[in-house]
Amino acid sequence: MRLVCIDLGYGNLGSVAIAFERLGVVPEISGEPEVLRAADKLVLPGVGHAGYAMRQARARGLDRLVAELPQPLLGICLGMQLLFEHTEEEDTRGLGLLPGRVRKLQPAPERPVPHMGWSKLDVRDPSLGLASGDYVYFAHSYACDDGPATAASTDYGRTVPAVVRSGRLTGAQFHPERSGAAGARFLGAWLAA
Amino acid sequence: MPARRIIPCLDVRDGRVVKGVRFEGHRDVGGIEEHTAYYVAQSADELVFYDISASPAGRTLDLDWIRRVARLIDIPFAVAGGIRTRDQAAACLEAGADKVSVNSPALERPALIEDLARDFGSQCVVVGVDSLRDEDGNYHVKQYTGDPTRSRAAGRRTLDWVREAAERGAGEIVLNCMSRDGVRSGYDLDHTRDVADAVTVPVIASGGAGAPAHFRDAFLAGASGALAATVFHDRLIAIPELKEFLARCGIDVRP
Repeated sequence: MRLVCIDLGYGNLGSVAIAFERLGVVPEISGEPEVLRAADKLVLPGVGHAGYAMRQARARGLDRLVAELPQPLLGICLGMQLLFEHTEEEDTRGLGLLPGRVRKLQPAPERPVPHMGWSKLDVRDPSLGLASGDYVYFAHSYACDDGPATAASTDYGRTVPAVVRSGRLTGAQFHPERSGAAGARFLGAWLAA
Repeated sequence: MPARRIIPCLDVRDGRVVKGVRFEGHRDVGGIEEHTAYYVAQSADELVFYDISASPAGRTLDLDWIRRVARLIDIPFAVAGGIRTRDQAAACLEAGADKVSVNSPALERPALIEDLARDFGSQCVVVGVDSLRDEDGNYHVKQYTGDPTRSRAAGRRTLDWVREAAERGAGEIVLNCMSRDGVRSGYDLDHTRDVADAVTVPVIASGGAGAPAHFRDAFLAGASGALAATVFHDRLIAIPELKEFLARCGIDVRP
């Protein structure tokens, strides 16, 4: 298995790479087009800021490359948000691989933003390696809309997709690398699929 | 609200875990790895590491133990201690930390919060606030609390500062009520509630945990998480039993 974590020059690629190492796969971390083309599977990690991340991607030509590549791709947190057409964060155009928009979460009493911490999942797709009732770790202020691609969700004032799936694309709004045993099950199932 | 978080705080000095009372008189309580592994096994929801020697000495924390911790655990952790620039924060995040927490340097230069939020996102940026009540009953912010010889008033009211920090992009506030630190008499509930009401970002209560009911009360006061050191390091409270207690009180916790 040749697994590549796409390096956009931001964020903590290290903890995502380590989570895969625990599952027995040592990923390469690279932003080189030829390395990405040769991968079996790709991970677009992400903590960070959407505007900054997309500027980094465009400057490296990775926006077009990631759109063209046929391999399974897992976007994590911001990496998932970038898969969509647009995000309200700094009014940023995304990669446009999934239809829809990413909108800011609205704070309310007892519902601070960022949505930060362990929230309980409602799982629609049993092949994810996750079960309804699992707690996974979220840290985000923006979320995509609920739609046909939603495979697992949590409730945060509105239905927040926790996992989206469409063809070769998977997105996790939560951080599987920081979600204990549940996160490891999810990554293991994605690797095995 | 997500599940309420139980957050052991590890004060680090020269690569060892230490603990003081009211921010003074620190004693060595063990190695970072053994404490980290213990708390992950105990179902801690998150860990915070404060390099208490870093900020007063004007240096940043060393990346080596951040890399070691990142490799060891599969729950989130924040690091703090003398982070003054965007590049220092980037290095901590690249070493595997999930969040950086800034305190004294953000008081020196509040635009630091914007610099970090702009590049890394608010969810990575924690602002730690050391708050002390004065004789008039007003809460003020203290600076350089890691070093008793340099600790001083920052010249700001706590509520003003937490609002400003959140407006500048802080994604979380850790409220350290200094008079309660290490004394196990309970969190400062009124102050925690006032701060939680003042901002729309998560607020973590810190300082004073001594019994399971103190955690419950902090959550009822609006805290998203409760941070503690002494009661966990001294094995006075086991986190699994604490969570069972909280669940019986109707508070959502991760098992």
